[in-house]
Amino acid sequence: MSPMFSDFSFVNHGIDRRGFIKSVGATGALLFTANWTWAQEKPAKKYGGEGMPGGTKSDAKLFVAINHDGTIDITVTRSEMGQGIRSSLALVVAEEMEADWERCRVVQAVGDEAKYGNQNTDGSRSMRHWYEPMRQCGATVRAIIEAAAAAGWGVPIREVRASKHSVIHALSRRKADFAELVGVIASFEAPDPISIRYKSPRTYRYIGKEHTHSADAASMVSGTAIYGGDIRSAGMVYAVVARPPVLGSTVESFDDSEALKVKGVLKVMPIEGADVPSGFKPIGGIAVVAENTWAAIKGREALKVEWTSSPHDSYESEAYRQSLEEASTKPGKLVRSVGDVEAAFSKAKKTHAATYYLPHIAHAPMEPPVSTALLRNNFLEIWAPTQAPQAARTEAAERAGLPLEKTRINVTLLGGGFGRKSKADFINEAVEIAKAFPGRAARVQWTREDDIRHDYFHTVSGEHLEASLDRRGKVSGWLHRSVAPTIASLFGPDPKHQQAFETNMGHSNIPFAIPNVRIENPEIAAHARIGWFRSVSNIPHGFAVQSFIAELAEEAGRDPLRFYLDLLGDDREINPDELKDGWNHGEDPKKYPVDTGRLRNVLNVATKEAGWGKRLPKGKGMGFAVHYSFVSYVAAVLEVEVEKDGNLIVHKATMAIDCGPRINPDRIRSQMEGSCVMGIGLATTGEVSFENGSAKQSNFHDYQVPRISLAPRSISVHLVDPEKKVELGGVGEPGVPPIAPALCNAIYAATGKRIRRLPIGDQLA
Amino acid sequence: MTTIHLNGQDREVDAPDDMPLLWAIRDVLGFTGTKFGCGMGLCGACTMHMDGAPIRSCVTPISAAAGKKITTIEALGKEKVGKAVQEAWVKVGVPQCGYCQCGQVMSATALLTRNPSPNEEEIETSMAGNICRCGTYNRIKTAIHTASESLKGGAK
Ligand code: FES
Ligand code: FES
Repeated sequence: MSPMFSDFSFVNHGIDRRGFIKSVGATGALLFTANWTWAQEKPAKKYGGEGMPGGTKSDAKLFVAINHDGTIDITVTRSEMGQGIRSSLALVVAEEMEADWERCRVVQAVGDEAKYGNQNTDGSRSMRHWYEPMRQCGATVRAIIEAAAAAGWGVPIREVRASKHSVIHALSRRKADFAELVGVIASFEAPDPISIRYKSPRTYRYIGKEHTHSADAASMVSGTAIYGGDIRSAGMVYAVVARPPVLGSTVESFDDSEALKVKGVLKVMPIEGADVPSGFKPIGGIAVVAENTWAAIKGREALKVEWTSSPHDSYESEAYRQSLEEASTKPGKLVRSVGDVEAAFSKAKKTHAATYYLPHIAHAPMEPPVSTALLRNNFLEIWAPTQAPQAARTEAAERAGLPLEKTRINVTLLGGGFGRKSKADFINEAVEIAKAFPGRAARVQWTREDDIRHDYFHTVSGEHLEASLDRRGKVSGWLHRSVAPTIASLFGPDPKHQQAFETNMGHSNIPFAIPNVRIENPEIAAHARIGWFRSVSNIPHGFAVQSFIAELAEEAGRDPLRFYLDLLGDDREINPDELKDGWNHGEDPKKYPVDTGRLRNVLNVATKEAGWGKRLPKGKGMGFAVHYSFVSYVAAVLEVEVEKDGNLIVHKATMAIDCGPRINPDRIRSQMEGSCVMGIGLATTGEVSFENGSAKQSNFHDYQVPRISLAPRSISVHLVDPEKKVELGGVGEPGVPPIAPALCNAIYAATGKRIRRLPIGDQLA
Repeated sequence: MTTIHLNGQDREVDAPDDMPLLWAIRDVLGFTGTKFGCGMGLCGACTMHMDGAPIRSCVTPISAAAGKKITTIEALGKEKVGKAVQEAWVKVGVPQCGYCQCGQVMSATALLTRNPSPNEEEIETSMAGNICRCGTYNRIKTAIHTASESLKGGAK
């Protein structure tokens, strides 16, 4: 039975059970050898975690509590959606604390940016922004525990050391479990952060080690893990919402007489929608509120709604595809220009052009959007699987007319997110229902049809590339026009152009050694809600660029690998600014240059491990792609077979990632495996198309995602050691972009058929 | 009112005949381990065992379960095979978001109960109805073999 909530606590831990760690004091009670080398000049512009709203926090008392039995509660502020972040961040704390993972418990923070710092779980940045703060917390607590033990034994601090949940004084052969020290640590202050000693990586037990320690795996396979729909309360009401099928349409009229006759239906009520651009706000519609989910679904089936017409009624995907491709063949807004592409083209021995198309795709997380809200005694409480609790909380408070401190948002596990659950629309629908049912918890459940039809869709794009080859078969000129509706159309008058954060995802910032480059972005209007989908614009840009390079190699009559390595040129670190990438995933360009040596390295590892160049029987082929995104470097080699009837089998996927220092290798592997399957899915069947303004697909029969038979027979993931000291990179997203082009390059090798339009669908038949 | 035999106990469910077992068990009885993914029998997130066979509870009306033995994920660990499957899943590190995994575990348990040493093809066939959007399929295969081995290895 799932927990019933009778009070306002999602995770119940009595305050009296724990020994509190005092606040970090400027005057540390403990003195360690000061190590000043860390000090740096303060950069004018804030980057990384500090550049995010709310920044980061490293106050140990916010994140660590020691219970009287010696068990440790570690608070994680990021949302768990499959990337393993709850485990990985907590492991960092446990490592530096010398805690035993088996005696640690992960506590999920409520959404509170002022208290915890930025909690937006997106952009593949949780670890690279929170590794240092979490390390600092762990080391701080260890210092306190060591100090407490030393004081208790009357020995100098330097003679004791924490190890495996105990403190040891070797000279006197004394040992105290953390549990024995709980009572005394409360009187010790945290040391000054600058005096903190960190563990030597040589002594790591968890960080960088292969293991499958997970805070959640056991509960996930036994049905006790709590997701968005698993919160229960006596008297709870359940709602589903009929939403406008077309962007910008609203309720003209509705007839609820039949709906109200359905047994269990309690109320039918309009939900006001925001005008376009609607941002993360609900798009409105009619809610059917009932005593259980089924009654709500039946009630909605019986509901009659007339929708107003909308300027987007004529959105039709085939016509839109044509306009995208047409726009991509004409000059557009200049994004980056180097040298003179026209001159290069006119002098060329050979030129080549190709246009690619990638459709909208839907996130379709396994758990459709769902959330629960309760408005009681002038206090609003929410339980939601959200990637962005702060934004959800702020908007919910506004809606309920309550100050922020009268609003609490509990973050449940997310049954997948992929960017969809950064948006609070589904949470605010629950708030609207809760307002109509004060004192009763209100759940809004999206059905799969709701989820696919009303997604914040991945963009749709036309990608046109032209290049020239000189006499030696080298690329002398490169023109890439990318046309795609922008995510910015969600927030303001549609700018019709990709924003820096979109074009800087593999369009403008290609690091190739090409003397003449021209990057353009012709305009196109959006007719659906466009949102971030795992790896975002890297998908279309990466697909087009990596497919086109393989086409060029073919044109030049050269092995694609040799051709690609030549294109990369000498190993060099490029300042992203030079690539007209002033965004750089929010990271300092000095710390995070684009490094062609790292691209070369992952490509070499992946192709070598895959056995690149080996002879394959007819009908089989190998293809590769390599892509830089989220400040990480990933290469993929796919080996496929296309059977006579066009059936596609992916025999083997070999991936290599350089994401800088590795914290939780097993979760890096699992993210690569998952990215591989998702990439194959979007390449083979991923498509949401529009007709009369609305999405045609609605469930897994017509929006197909990979099943077990489409997964590669084997996936091997190689974690590549960078050849030099580098910063932490992203993991959750960068595995996706190279997959679709590697797959299509492999299909070309197997069949001679070049796929320029996704999804592949029945093009192989 | 329908009576089902759920996880070893008779339960009276006050629900209309057409209410899918999924919602009856989640909303009316309050066991939330079984998940909703599609409502059309397409994804397997809602997999339960009815008289030992895996069913999609989102398309099984409660009336069809009257008097039947229903096992949900909450009670699976009490069975030898179910427990071995759950343990293998944790050991191999199968779950990512975990949302599909109760359904995967239910399907895998039914498979191994029927066929203690499935080959790749049998695994693919039996697991074809369970979608994992996180793409954990390769580990699912590994974990099924792991569970199979551990069950053969003398059932500790
Ligand atoms: S929810 Fe039943 S098969 Fe998808
Ligand atoms: S683990 Fe997320 S859907 Fe399977």
